[in-house]
Amino acid sequence: MHIPDGYLSPSTCAVMTAVSLPFWAVGLRRVKAAFSARLAPLISVCAAFSFVVMMFNLPLPGGTTGHAVGVAVAAIVLGPWASMLAISVALLIQAVFFGDGGITAFGANCFNMAIAGSFVADAVYRAIAGAAPLGSRRRVVAAGLAGYVALNAAALLAGIEFGLQPMLFHDASGAPLYCPYPLGIAVPAMMLGHLAFAGVAEGILAAGVVAWLQQNEPSLFEIHAAAGRGRAQRIGWAVVLALVFAAPLGLIATGTAWGEWAVEDFSKPEARAAVAAASGNVEPPAEAPGGMARLAELWKAPLPDYAPAFLHNAAAGYILSAGAGVALTGAAALGLQWLARGARRRNPVG
Amino acid sequence: MRRDFLEKTLRNLGDALDEAGRAESSGPLRRLDPRVKLAGFFGLILAAASSRHLPVTLGLWGLGATLAAVSGPGAWRAILRLWAGVGLLTGAVALPALFLTPGPALDWGVTQTGLQSALTLLVRVETTATFASLIALTTPWPALLKALRHFHVPALAVVIFAMATRFIFVLLGIARDAFEARRARHVGHLPGKLRRQMAASGAAMLLGKSIQLSGEVYDAMRARGFRGEAVTLDEFRCSRADWAAAGLFLALTGAALEWGCWR
Repeated sequence: MHIPDGYLSPSTCAVMTAVSLPFWAVGLRRVKAAFSARLAPLISVCAAFSFVVMMFNLPLPGGTTGHAVGVAVAAIVLGPWASMLAISVALLIQAVFFGDGGITAFGANCFNMAIAGSFVADAVYRAIAGAAPLGSRRRVVAAGLAGYVALNAAALLAGIEFGLQPMLFHDASGAPLYCPYPLGIAVPAMMLGHLAFAGVAEGILAAGVVAWLQQNEPSLFEIHAAAGRGRAQRIGWAVVLALVFAAPLGLIATGTAWGEWAVEDFSKPEARAAVAAASGNVEPPAEAPGGMARLAELWKAPLPDYAPAFLHNAAAGYILSAGAGVALTGAAALGLQWLARGARRRNPVG
Repeated sequence: MRRDFLEKTLRNLGDALDEAGRAESSGPLRRLDPRVKLAGFFGLILAAASSRHLPVTLGLWGLGATLAAVSGPGAWRAILRLWAGVGLLTGAVALPALFLTPGPALDWGVTQTGLQSALTLLVRVETTATFASLIALTTPWPALLKALRHFHVPALAVVIFAMATRFIFVLLGIARDAFEARRARHVGHLPGKLRRQMAASGAAMLLGKSIQLSGEVYDAMRARGFRGEAVTLDEFRCSRADWAAAGLFLALTGAALEWGCWR
């Protein structure tokens, strides 16, 4: 899970660090606002806790043992922002002091484990625990599932980052320059171990800690409750974020979606064969239907087939298109929000 | 005999404490200005990570090995341990690539492209890990943190890193004592469910202690006038040797980028 230096290209590392920076900036601001001067000792002690917990060997069903990250426990007790900062500090110390995880890959490791892990854990825990009493068994189950899902989400992100390397970075002979496995191998290889062992270890730790705290230290649950606000919005953003980073999975898919054929596909033999194979061996018409051909001329997309003309790398084009799509959707959502606020201001009663 | 989780956890905790205590070094790198070292090694790490040519990466690995060798026996032993660990892990990761990467076939089902990509990955990871470890092995942690301030890392972040490092040793000690105490009262083989409960309660106890400790430390900091604004001391002075080393780092990084990446 801790990606060492050399597995990811410097540009991937730079992108992941750039993506993580705003989270750290907002996290520091929010946590400072919530905890004031108490921030420094709280985050440092929790980072140390996360570091030490990573040394624990957890007995797993089946007789093996596994390590946990402690991200779900931190997110449940401290809230996702403080947890994100604490785990990031622990990861930095691991990278510099113990060589566990790379220095150039620090941004990627933080994004996977500290940022995505904390927000996914918080979202899953809150979605399942709901308004259940603090001492209820439902919260123990919620914590266990939060740990399991959060660690697997982090592993999925790491798998995607690994899997993108051979597509984007290879030499003239086609030899991969960084992680050599494509998405189709990297993602299942990462997920297998985490779905079977590491995720289970994280889930057991989170459930066990929450059960113990319910019995012995219920006051610790109040730290996050006292500092937390706007949870529904945070959960929403966490889900959106998870979906955005799952977008490169589309690169694994082969062929085209049924019914999404272009006009020119009707005249290409290989495309016709694919259409026929996907349609129960029914041959498509010899040429595109007239209405379809006419309407296809109405609008020319700026990024046709998720492949901008100026980019010659199909995978890079796909990811750029995904980024542009998310940015446009976000801008549209913000625009609608702004219009709705304006309408409310003009008509406060309605 | 299979060791149970208590033994394994105790060994991990002990190893972590020993590892930190063993990181002693000497030699010219130790005397170098931490800012020069931090920037210089970061440049070399970037050059190694960007290198597309195996001979260039191998040259950088040789440089790392030489620097480790002149940094005293402690640093050299630490680097050897690091190479073994990183080599085993990356070797295991890279091994299937020998057969799975499409390309011209060699013997035993190995492809030329697979061999090239596996070797490139292994050498690059060993090289970057060597440089990263040399920073930590040849620079005292407080000096490293102080150097971070010169690269505009916020003072609050530097204070958090510094405090977290100290707390790690405190919490490692607490965790080790707790597990030792549990082992002293432990007879025979415990069922899996009970062992899992013990591990989780150990972690929860540690979390409780951590939060309690943060409160006590906060009170102590407030008593000494801390109001949330962090300040660090900056008294580094670059000597001629430091400037020369900075120039050397720059030249090596530039040459490695030129030959390994841009050419």
